[in-house]
Amino acid sequence: MAVISRPSGKVFALKDNKSLFPYLLLAPGLLWLFMFFILPIANLAQMSTKTNSGETGQFEQTYRFANFIDSFMDASGQFARSFLYATLATLIALAIAYPLAYAIAFKSGKWKNVLLVLVIAPFFVSFLLRTIAWKQILGEEGPVTAILRTLHIISPQTTLTSSAFAVVTGLAYNFLPFMTLPIYASLERIDPRTLEASGDLYANGFTTFRKVTLPLSMPGVVAGTLLTFIPAAGDYINANILGNPNTKMLGNVIEARFFKIVDYPTAAALSFTLMAAILILVTFYIRKAGTEELV
Amino acid sequence: MKRLTRWFSKNLIRIYAGLAFIYLFIPVLYTFIYSFNDSGKTNLIWKGFTFEKWSNPCGAPDICSALGNSFLIGFTSTFVSTVLGTLIAFALGRYKFRGRSTTNLLIFLPMATPEIVLGASLLTMFINFGFNTSLLTAIIAHVMFCISFVVVTVKARIASLDPRLEQAAMDLYANEWQTFRRVTFPLVLPGVAAAALLAFSLSFDDFIITNFTAGTVNTFPKFVYVAAGRGIPAQANVIGSAMFIIAVTVVILGQVLGNKRKSKVS
Amino acid sequence: MAVDASTSAKGDLILKNLTKTYGEFNAVDDLSLVIPKGSFFALLGPSGCGKTTTLRMIAGLEEPTSGTISVGTTDITDMKPYKRPVNTVFQNYALFPHLSIFENIAFGLRRRGVSDADVKAQVDKVLNLVELPQLAERKPNQLSGGQQQRIAVARAIVNRPALLLLDEPLGALDLKLRRQMQIELKWIQTEIGITFVHVTHDQEEAMTMADTIAVMNNGKIEQMGSPEDLYDSPRTSFVANFLGQSNLIPGTITGNDGDNLIIELFGNKVSVPKKRSSAHGTSVLVGIRPEKFRVAAEGKGATGNVLTGGVVSDVSYIGVSTQYQVEMPWGKELIVFEQNDDDEDFLRKSEKVTLSWEPVFSFVLDGSENASSGSH
Repeated sequence: MAVISRPSGKVFALKDNKSLFPYLLLAPGLLWLFMFFILPIANLAQMSTKTNSGETGQFEQTYRFANFIDSFMDASGQFARSFLYATLATLIALAIAYPLAYAIAFKSGKWKNVLLVLVIAPFFVSFLLRTIAWKQILGEEGPVTAILRTLHIISPQTTLTSSAFAVVTGLAYNFLPFMTLPIYASLERIDPRTLEASGDLYANGFTTFRKVTLPLSMPGVVAGTLLTFIPAAGDYINANILGNPNTKMLGNVIEARFFKIVDYPTAAALSFTLMAAILILVTFYIRKAGTEELV
Repeated sequence: MKRLTRWFSKNLIRIYAGLAFIYLFIPVLYTFIYSFNDSGKTNLIWKGFTFEKWSNPCGAPDICSALGNSFLIGFTSTFVSTVLGTLIAFALGRYKFRGRSTTNLLIFLPMATPEIVLGASLLTMFINFGFNTSLLTAIIAHVMFCISFVVVTVKARIASLDPRLEQAAMDLYANEWQTFRRVTFPLVLPGVAAAALLAFSLSFDDFIITNFTAGTVNTFPKFVYVAAGRGIPAQANVIGSAMFIIAVTVVILGQVLGNKRKSKVS
Repeated sequence: MAVDASTSAKGDLILKNLTKTYGEFNAVDDLSLVIPKGSFFALLGPSGCGKTTTLRMIAGLEEPTSGTISVGTTDITDMKPYKRPVNTVFQNYALFPHLSIFENIAFGLRRRGVSDADVKAQVDKVLNLVELPQLAERKPNQLSGGQQQRIAVARAIVNRPALLLLDEPLGALDLKLRRQMQIELKWIQTEIGITFVHVTHDQEEAMTMADTIAVMNNGKIEQMGSPEDLYDSPRTSFVANFLGQSNLIPGTITGNDGDNLIIELFGNKVSVPKKRSSAHGTSVLVGIRPEKFRVAAEGKGATGNVLTGGVVSDVSYIGVSTQYQVEMPWGKELIVFEQNDDDEDFLRKSEKVTLSWEPVFSFVLDGSENASSGSH
């Protein structure tokens, strides 16, 4: 999956076409995105300032912007938790994925393609099944807890599931391929000769990595961290399956407001706040990392 | 001892990668093993080996109708999003036009928006317009979130094309349409296929957006999620494992055939 | 068929006032040129001189800012590339990676609606011409660079265009293969008799193959003529330096002696045939190719034009010849190539020497020329 396009060095190939043709190509897809992405977001914005008119499921527009503040104060714990868990999960995934991508790109020889398939392969087992599998592997009846208890690494009271630990590792596990593939793609594009040149210019292995490999792979790292962080911050499946009532994330609150409490304005306000927070973070992060060639 | 540490430090990164793969595959292996569990309604504890679930994957109530819906949504939205996304990718990859950067932003935004926000906003709109959520609304939603991934994948392929190939075709008496049909499109096709595969796997495995937009229509992920509360039947493991085996076989077979063709003569 | 021009237009290629500007920059500047039918024509120049832009305008891949292009009496300036009687051998060949060699060559024929049987016959014929009939079913990436090059030529000439354009066609090949392909291309051109327009920055390549060379610089043609003509009587310092090497020595015309000009070079009187002069006034540059010099230890016999007082400042032995740098009394160094064809004494560094040459082996440029323009 190529998340980063090549830097467009071949601009001369672009046709400077004054005709309507490119717009015809764009029209159906962009219309779809307008109707089913932009318009829903506008509806969400509109819903977020409504108030309940007394009856369940009936709301009227009162432009109550305080909905944003109220909902945020109510869910501030889950908000903080979402961003904390997503950050931790992203860091864990990065720590696992970078060496993995590096090994596939530079150390795997003819096995490269097979290993790449293996990175994507777990995707084909439903991610829900895999998350539930973790719950059972780490659960009370599972082998891991039994072994750790026998070895006295954890006390008999400690459980591995229904914990913040399980939620964070679950998130890191779920989005690991999303982290690995972009990093691999940017590493694979590095000309091995630049690494040799660095060695030739008296850089040792670690310096070569720090001064040449890492900067050249930054676009992949940026794309990978975004593709992990964004879905992780909005996720509620892992918190539901692997967590406990004290590990609820913002996604859980939004889902509950929608389906259990039928409080659409609060759910909409929270969704909107989450989206805005993520977009601000992402913009800041891309600027900081200096990779404008994303997307 | 010294040699051992030397070997160890030299292969450290390979060992690390090996451990990462084990980590990736533990739940897959677990799912596969428990597909043979001679279990009742729940599939929590090993009760003995049986092929029974494999010979009767639809044995659990509703599971196969849910799977059928997943395939229906998956295929339809893959087809639509691949067509729409490929058109956009060609416009972005081949033409200069006003509104280019706005288009790029509009493609990027859905990828930078958490699924729960996408799902919540769509559901809000459907409620506002009094539109009943169904199979159709689910497909609409899936097409929407797949388009961006298709655009990005196909655009990368177009960007890597040598523009001289198209110029050569024009030089050899192919008009614009023939150039596209005979040269550009065949060369971009592998990128389109990769994009379609990506779109299908994203759609097939999606739970959050589906949960918001499919109404009462059941899909395989929804089935698993609901069943998780009371215990998942082993048939779900059978279907997950079968999907895994089919997909990996297809991908590896494709690669082997591709390699064979490449090395046939040289 | 839409490709009427490709069958009907025959004759000379005529460029009239052709100009291409990118913003402020004149890539091709008011270029007018007639390339006779059936000739092997080379556009030679350094990168950025406008030669490739000229070629792309002829192919229809670039639109001229002004001016016209015609083949015989047919104006093709505004014609789409696929309607022109022109085919191109691209730099790096641009073979279609997804098609077999056969289908690559057949591509143009099929677009023009040639019947299957005729396609087969013509492709086979051209594959035999480039001596690669056994490769028909392979894919381009299974071919070596030299083979791809020949297939690129075959794919173009199978269409029997009025004009074949070659854009740095041998740039990607190694030296030995390049030499061999130069001879082969020349042979193919003679064999099929269509006009070849060849763009290159490699003067040796141009001189080996072309019967007419146009040297381009800054979007203009500096000089045009046969390889011998350009080499022996360059009219600008750019041509003198870009085509081989030249020693350009400033001097003053002091008089006439029949068909010769008498020129004073830092106190030495030399003569040069009038017909080899392109000077306007009396201030001139006298040009002598390094291999035309004779070098001898001071005091030994020297005939023809003579420059005295040189000191050998560097000697390098390069097999077929020895290259000397000789510092002259006026402070400049001259380059001299001596064939290693006799057992004359080898001259050493710091030795005092006299340089001499026959008057017919030199040329005269106008004194306003920049002596170092076009040097490598």
